[in-house]
Amino acid sequence: MAHKMQSLVCRECGKEYPTEAIHVCELCFGPLEVKYNYEEIKQKISRSAIEAGPLSLWRYLDLLPVEGQGSIGINAGFTPLIRAKNLGAFLGIDELYIKNDCVNHPTLSFKDRVVAVALTRARELGFETAACASTGNLANSVAAHAAQAGMQCYVFIPSDLEAAKVLGNLIYRPKVIEVEGTYDDVNRLCSEIAGERRWAFVNVNIRPYYAEGSKTLAFETVEQLGWRTPDQVVVPMASGSLLTKIWKGLNEFHKVGLIGPVSTKVHGAQAEGCSPISTAFKQGRDFFKPVKPNTIAKSLAIGNPADGYYALITVAESGGVMETVTDDEIIEGIKLLAQTEGVFAETAGGVTVGVLQKLAKQGIIKKQDVTVAYITGNGLKTQEAVVGSVGRPIRIPPSLAKFEQTFGQPGEA
Amino acid sequence: MTKLRFHIRFPEEKIPEPIIYQIGHEYQVVTSIRRADVRETTGWMDIEFSGNTEEIERAIDGLREKGVMVDPIELNVVE
Repeated sequence: MAHKMQSLVCRECGKEYPTEAIHVCELCFGPLEVKYNYEEIKQKISRSAIEAGPLSLWRYLDLLPVEGQGSIGINAGFTPLIRAKNLGAFLGIDELYIKNDCVNHPTLSFKDRVVAVALTRARELGFETAACASTGNLANSVAAHAAQAGMQCYVFIPSDLEAAKVLGNLIYRPKVIEVEGTYDDVNRLCSEIAGERRWAFVNVNIRPYYAEGSKTLAFETVEQLGWRTPDQVVVPMASGSLLTKIWKGLNEFHKVGLIGPVSTKVHGAQAEGCSPISTAFKQGRDFFKPVKPNTIAKSLAIGNPADGYYALITVAESGGVMETVTDDEIIEGIKLLAQTEGVFAETAGGVTVGVLQKLAKQGIIKKQDVTVAYITGNGLKTQEAVVGSVGRPIRIPPSLAKFEQTFGQPGEA
Repeated sequence: MTKLRFHIRFPEEKIPEPIIYQIGHEYQVVTSIRRADVRETTGWMDIEFSGNTEEIERAIDGLREKGVMVDPIELNVVE
């Protein structure tokens, strides 16, 4: 059998490259992505083989950009798809599901998917050092996976990052480098360092492989729905990559014969304080204008999103829309999800639920539509966002009489 | 010789100015434009600068002083 990965291909000019650690077309500087040999994969893949696979994202090995087996992050993925009856009843959607990556292994966000794939591929390519530049979830995941894999690890963070987020990285003993300067300075320096070192910089030189890990959210959704595609999905957008890869994943399942044609509408969700892609969509533009982020949804706060252009194309192609929510609506979204489904999401989850609510209200998502909302990170990571919005405990002295004064006698309630 | 790749953006008022030509004259760098989209109200270029590292960094500072926004070719590296 020929390799399932045929090449890396430029998304702009179509020039093909070998499947190495490169991410930009030498000719036009367009981004590269993995091109698969779908005819070969189609001969091998089947629903029953997938169902017999490991309970992780590696059950979709045939459609992931690695040559061997998954070797790093072997427990990532295959998170619960929750039938959200209470939230669905509240929003007027009969069949609503929450794809819950709050409980992804090992660092409680969807980044464990992309990092598992990126570092497995990095090892195949001979790298012994993992690196990333991050303000949160990505750094956590890279540091944790590198520790487990015995790889050297460098994490670059802006020097003004909150202490708790730094601690979340230091526990894994990576080398954490605080870079002085503005976000733009840090961004540019990290790109230059990535170009100089023989390191697996997961979202730079390994990006074509890294990004493919997001497809597994789509694969799992289809399988967990009983090999059905949803009618509507709501996806949070930071760089825009996740949204494009969910669409790619759905369509790959069709290409290899596992499901029929895909008619899912893919909707993008952003915070109003950082909404370059949604703003372009609403204004009918085919390009976005970069912004300075100002939102509590830090994990989505990318003002100059690498895949923003492709997210605009994807949403248009699927017949979806893009919508935004305010910071207050984000907090309300977090609380609504927690109080109806018992799922405590980070701020990005509040964005998704807030936009889901708006789309249901606008009639874009209809009562009978099978709908999936993607919750990409755990609320324990962003508790500061809701600390002033959830009330206080009821304080009482250690006295049964005082307790009963507050809550009544047994049988009264 | 270092080669660094950037995505640069022009504000509307800078679009008529020959900024890349000026940078090539003011600094010891060679510029190579690979993709661009310049319209009435907005414009961007994907461009490679060749030269020694310090001179490229001076040229980047020069671009910023002229009001041009300079990002790495990957756009967002920090996630």
